[in-house]
Amino acid sequence: MVRPIGFLAGLAFAAILLFSAIVGAYNYISEPPAPTAEHEFHLHPKELHLASDGPLGRFDRQQLQRGFQVYKEVCSACHSLRLVTFRDLTEIGFTDPEVKAIANQWAVEVPSINPDTGEPATRKALPADHFPSPYANEVAARAANNNALPPDLSLITKARHGGAAYVHSLLTGFTTQEGYKNEKGVELLKEFPDAKTPPSLHFNPYFANLNIAMPPPLVSDGQVTYADGTKPTVDQMAQDVSAFLVWTAEPKLEARHRAGISVLIFLLIATVLGYMAYRNVWSGVEH
Amino acid sequence: MSFPWANHYEPKHPLMKWVDDRLPLPRLVYNAVGGGYPVPRNLNYFWNFGVLAGVALTVQIVTGIVLAMHYAANAGVAFDSVEHIMRDVNSGWLLRYAHSNGASMFFIVVYLHIFRGLYYGSYKAPREMVWLLGLVIFLLMMATAFMGYVLPWGQMSFWGAKVITGLFSAIPLVGPTIQTWLLGGFAPDDAALNRFFSLHYLLPFVIAAVIILHIWALHIPGSSNPTGVDVKGEQDTVPFHPYYTAKDGFGTGVFLIIFSLMLFFAPNYLGHPDNYIPANPLSTPAHIVPEWYFWPFYAILRAFTVDIFGIPAKLLGVIAMFGSIVLLFFLPWLDNSPVRSGNYRPRFKQFFWLLCVDVLILGYCGGSPAEEPFVMISQIAAAYYFAHFLIILPLLAKFERTLPLPNSITDAVLSGQSGATISTNTATAPSAPAH
Repeated sequence: MVRPIGFLAGLAFAAILLFSAIVGAYNYISEPPAPTAEHEFHLHPKELHLASDGPLGRFDRQQLQRGFQVYKEVCSACHSLRLVTFRDLTEIGFTDPEVKAIANQWAVEVPSINPDTGEPATRKALPADHFPSPYANEVAARAANNNALPPDLSLITKARHGGAAYVHSLLTGFTTQEGYKNEKGVELLKEFPDAKTPPSLHFNPYFANLNIAMPPPLVSDGQVTYADGTKPTVDQMAQDVSAFLVWTAEPKLEARHRAGISVLIFLLIATVLGYMAYRNVWSGVEH
Repeated sequence: MSFPWANHYEPKHPLMKWVDDRLPLPRLVYNAVGGGYPVPRNLNYFWNFGVLAGVALTVQIVTGIVLAMHYAANAGVAFDSVEHIMRDVNSGWLLRYAHSNGASMFFIVVYLHIFRGLYYGSYKAPREMVWLLGLVIFLLMMATAFMGYVLPWGQMSFWGAKVITGLFSAIPLVGPTIQTWLLGGFAPDDAALNRFFSLHYLLPFVIAAVIILHIWALHIPGSSNPTGVDVKGEQDTVPFHPYYTAKDGFGTGVFLIIFSLMLFFAPNYLGHPDNYIPANPLSTPAHIVPEWYFWPFYAILRAFTVDIFGIPAKLLGVIAMFGSIVLLFFLPWLDNSPVRSGNYRPRFKQFFWLLCVDVLILGYCGGSPAEEPFVMISQIAAAYYFAHFLIILPLLAKFERTLPLPNSITDAVLSGQSGATISTNTATAPSAPAH
């Protein structure tokens, strides 16, 4: 009974599927999907090499500190970093007094209550506080940004395809749309006149739909002044803040890499011994 | 069960004798995975994956129990509690990455275990019950993994829960009501998250229980082997311990090395970036995809794009997706060829490899956006999937001319045809010249 019923069911499924495939193929050939501006002009991130890449990767603390400076002086005006605390900064080489000072002088105070009246109030941040959001809430953030919501940056390098390379490319990828051509030499606005970036948005081919609400945040070399003498070009600042955001997304990366090497060495030895034990046990038995 | 020549348990230590007289648990273990279980001597490395699946389940249960001590199943804080584990809990990143990658390793191992069974005909009489219980475990694993993926409450968690419970809404008349009942609301929220957490904690122990039945059922006829020929005598077997414990020890080492490479050096490779964005019911991700181990089934679900005789395509897709697993329950009767091992079935072998490629193609399409040409390709691949099990295997069983079987496992081993490798018919074992 099983076989005849199965045979019929198999025929039915296969027939429906092949019929659907033929219908789909016919539609695909007769009305090929219209190319879209996003499809033709969206760019994959440029390559970016960071010290934290690879199985032996370690953070470059100088770079992370520079990246933190970029976050503090540029990004933090709009973007929160809510999963990171000030005291976490000791992990990238800041001393306790430095962290205390950074928290104390942070441009935004943390929400609190007035101890005398119970009224909502704010107070200066302490090292144990998470980085305060620049906006009181989502409504305030949207109101200040033309209804766009600046995403929290804590996990951004893990929450986007391409990770740090994407962040770096996005920050350096703003360009004028007039006369923009892709690598095939096709001019965007000639091919897709409708794709003109609306006045409130900004053209960036690394952004999925090419038009991002964020205005170019890094606009000129020397926008921040690095204490370690590194030349603050736009590309350098973008790399540094990308590296910093790798750390905020994966603060335990170094511990993970270190543990991984030890575990692998242990397992390799154990497995070789296991293999020798296996050969030893089986030595008298053909199999 | 046991073969008559199986070793008998003789407690060596007085304490063990004392225990064994009162509760024969040591005897049970000895007969199950010790010296008292005779196993064919010619098993190849594909027979390691059963034990490895057990290792993977153990890793999941141990890491999961500790993660549950730090996780909060509440839609308001679930996402942040996972990040708390990643950042503040001692070695929390290790637990969490071990658990999320452990799920992938579990599925890799179980898929290899299943395809081993498919190639060597391990589902055939007298081991049908082993196969059926294995499928029950597989279904429980899929449910557990799905609910586990919802717990971090990221974008893919939320939208995955919405899509998968939405499958039930395809049932005529009562579908939407069932979906609301399953979720405890009109969309995934606290109620759904809490019940998923509760079941996610429960089901692994159910899996452990069914594994006991799976092994029990296996021990009635004893393990299969690459030739598919029945054990004929003592010379065909070796005791499980020390022979296969030693081999499984080595296999476990290799498994842990591969697991560690993923866990420590590419822990997010198999994940989806969107799940690091907190769940947002108002923002639908561009492409909702499940975890990789569901991709072949997801491709079958989406392959149905045309309404047939008034049956909506969505319902057909749901029926086909569940059907693609349900049909495996009938496999022992669909493929009634008396020859078990694919080594002696030249045509079957070709179709088997075609099936492997087919499932990989389905997986690739399932992970791709629902656009042409992926839809067309998945339709053809899904058609083959059903045809393979429901049409080709029954016909092969009837018409295939199989190769002569060896007289016994020992014969096969001594003539270098133990079938210990699966690529050639005249498989050679690493053996000394036989006489």
